Amino acid sequence: MRRQSAKPKWTELAVGSAIDVPGSARYYKTGDWRSSRPVWNSEHCIRCGVCVIFCPEGCVLFQPDGYPNADLDYCKGCGICLHECPTGCIRMVEEED
Amino acid sequence: MHEVRFHGRGGQGAVTSAELLAQAAIDEGKSAQAFPSFGPERRGAPVMAFARVADRPIRNRTVIQEPTAVLVLDPALPGLVKVDDGLVADGVVILNTSRSADEVRKDFGIVAKLALVDANRIAREVIGRVITNTTMLGALVRAVGLVEASSLEKQFESRFGRLAAKNIQAFQRAQQEVVLVDAV
Amino acid sequence: METRTGMEASIAIAEAVCLCDADIVAAYPITPQTHIVEHLSELVADGKLHANFVPVESEHSAMSVCCGTSAVGARTYTATASQGLALMHEILFIAPALRLPIVMSVANRSLSGPISIWNDHSDVMAERDIGWVQIFAENAQQALDLTIWAFRLAEDRRVSLPVMVNFDGFILSHTIEPVLMPDKETVQAYLPPFEPLLRLDVDAPVSMGPVGIPDIYTETHHVQQVLLTDAYGPIVETLDAFGKHFGREYKPVETYRADDAEVLLLTMGALGETAMEAVDLRRERGQKVGLLRLRLWRPFPFEDLYRAVGRRPVLGVMDRAISYGGPYGPVASEIKAAFYHREQRPRVVEFVAGLGGRDVPISDFDTMFDALFDTLETGRVPEPRLVGLRE
Repeated sequence: MRRQSAKPKWTELAVGSAIDVPGSARYYKTGDWRSSRPVWNSEHCIRCGVCVIFCPEGCVLFQPDGYPNADLDYCKGCGICLHECPTGCIRMVEEED
Repeated sequence: MHEVRFHGRGGQGAVTSAELLAQAAIDEGKSAQAFPSFGPERRGAPVMAFARVADRPIRNRTVIQEPTAVLVLDPALPGLVKVDDGLVADGVVILNTSRSADEVRKDFGIVAKLALVDANRIAREVIGRVITNTTMLGALVRAVGLVEASSLEKQFESRFGRLAAKNIQAFQRAQQEVVLVDAV
Repeated sequence: METRTGMEASIAIAEAVCLCDADIVAAYPITPQTHIVEHLSELVADGKLHANFVPVESEHSAMSVCCGTSAVGARTYTATASQGLALMHEILFIAPALRLPIVMSVANRSLSGPISIWNDHSDVMAERDIGWVQIFAENAQQALDLTIWAFRLAEDRRVSLPVMVNFDGFILSHTIEPVLMPDKETVQAYLPPFEPLLRLDVDAPVSMGPVGIPDIYTETHHVQQVLLTDAYGPIVETLDAFGKHFGREYKPVETYRADDAEVLLLTMGALGETAMEAVDLRRERGQKVGLLRLRLWRPFPFEDLYRAVGRRPVLGVMDRAISYGGPYGPVASEIKAAFYHREQRPRVVEFVAGLGGRDVPISDFDTMFDALFDTLETGRVPEPRLVGLRE
C-alpha cells in the first residue's frame, strides 16, 4: 500500500496489496509507543556498545561524541538497554517528567 | 464397441495387457480406453483391468459390466472367480489353461465360446518365466481380432525394449496354438 | 504438428507441463494424482524438462513453495487431490491475494472418512471460496488442453491469478485414451514467456503479504472479488484463442443436444461424457433430453448458464458431493441461487451421484431423466436424491 495521508480506495491499492516502497517501515515511527525513555550517564559509560547490540529496535547508535544514545523517533522505551548495561549507567525517565 | 475384461493376479500384467491392447488400437486410428479396477493393487490378489475398442469416440466411463470378451491370465482364477460373469451371449472367454474344452466346461461351468491356450508352457519355454500377458494377447488377436498382430508387436517393442523379441515370439506361438471352440 | 497417441490423462497433463516449460514443480504424491508427479520427476531427471523439482514433505509445503517460487517470477506448477488439497487449505488463499499465477491440477477424489481414494468432487467443493479460477475437464484431451490454457490465463497480466484444473481421479487419471499431443513450437506460439506483474527482486524490492489492518482488509477483498469476476473476459478470450490456435473449442458452459430439449441435466467433469451416451439413448426413443456441462466453476458463468437454460422449465443438477446439513448439492445450491431473482427460472431437481468412486451407469442417468420428466409433467420438485443409494 502506498504511503498517503488519505485512506486508499480499493482502486488505489497496489498489486497484491504489496508494499512497493522499499524501506517504508522507517516512516512508521514507533517512538510514540514509549512511556519512558533511556538516559545515558556519560560519566559512567565505558562505551562498550552492549546497549547498541541489544536494542531490539536498532535505534541505539554511537553518536558523534563517541557515546551511545537512542533515536527517540523509534525507541519504544522497552528498557532492554538498561537491563543489559554492565555499568548501570542507563536509567529510564518517565515521558511525562 | 468391443469391451474386454482382463482377469489376473496383481503382478501378472493384466493392467499392462489392457494398456497394450488400447494403445495398439489407438495407433491404428481407432478409439480405445484402458483402465484398471480402480484402487490399491496387491501382488498375488485377483485383479481386473478393462479395455474398450471402437471405431467412434468412446464416451462411456462406467465400468464394464457386460464384456464382449474376457481374458484370463492365470489358470487357477476360473476356479476362484466367475470369469464369465456378465459376458454377452456371443462373447468369448480366452483362457490360459492346459485343460481341454470339455474339462473347462465341466470344471468351471463356462458355456460360452472359448479360446484356449497353454500360455504358461509357451511363456516358460520362450520367455523363460511364467509371465503370460503378451502370450495371452496372441490368443486374443486370434479369438476376437480387434487389432492387427503387428500393432501389438510394435507396442511390445516400444514398451519392453530388448525383452520385446521373446515376447513377440511367445505372442506368435500363442496365435498358432490357440484352440477356438464354439459355444454350447 | 500434433501426435495422436494413447495415454492416461495424468501423463498427458505432465507432458503439457513439460511443453509449457514450467520452471518449478513442487508437489507431494497422493493417489490418484501420483502418475503426474512421477512422470514429471522422470521428465526432469531425463533432462526433458529444465525445471527444479522440489520434493516437499507435505502438500502444505508444496503450496508454500509454489507461493515463494511464483513470487520470484518462476512458472510454477503443482498437483494434488483430496486430503492433499485439504492440507493446502490455508495457503490456497494466499496465492490469489498475492496475485501469484500458480497452475495446479486436482485429480478429484473424495475426502475421508471413511478413508476413500476414489473419485468424487468433495475435495474441490470444500475449496470453493479460495479465490482461484477453477475449471473442469471431461477427458484426457481436455485435461491436457486446459493445463496449457491455465498457464496462459494465469499469467495474463489482466488476471495474474492461480488456476485450478480439475479432472476426475481414476476415471481420467488412470485411464488410457487417445490424445492429440501438440508440439512445443505450437504451444510456445500460444503461451508467451512469463512476465510477472509483480515479483520479488533485489534490485526493486517489494514486500508481499503484509498485514491487512481493518482499515484496508475490506478493500483488498473487494479487489479479489472484482479480479476473479473480471477474469471472465480474459477466460473467454484465451479459450477462443486456444480454439483458433489448436482447433479445439472450449466454453464456460458446454451443451449437448440441448437446443430442443424439454428437460436438461447439468453435470461437471468426466461423467458428462457418460451422460452424453445416456442422452443419445433417450433421444433414440424420441425423448427430448439435453445436457449442460458446467466447465467453468470460478468465476461462475452466470450469463452462459442463463443463455443455456433459456426458457426450459426443468433443470436437473447432478452433484458429486454433499453439503451436509445445508442445501445438499453444492452445485445445485449455486444454480438455484443464480436463478433466484430471475423472472424466468427452471424448477431445479437435485441429484447427488458417484460418491467415493461409486460407478454411475447409464441406468442411473435414466433414473435422473425419469425424475425430470415427472417434474415436467406434475410441476412437483422432489427432495434431493442420492442416486444409487441402497434403501
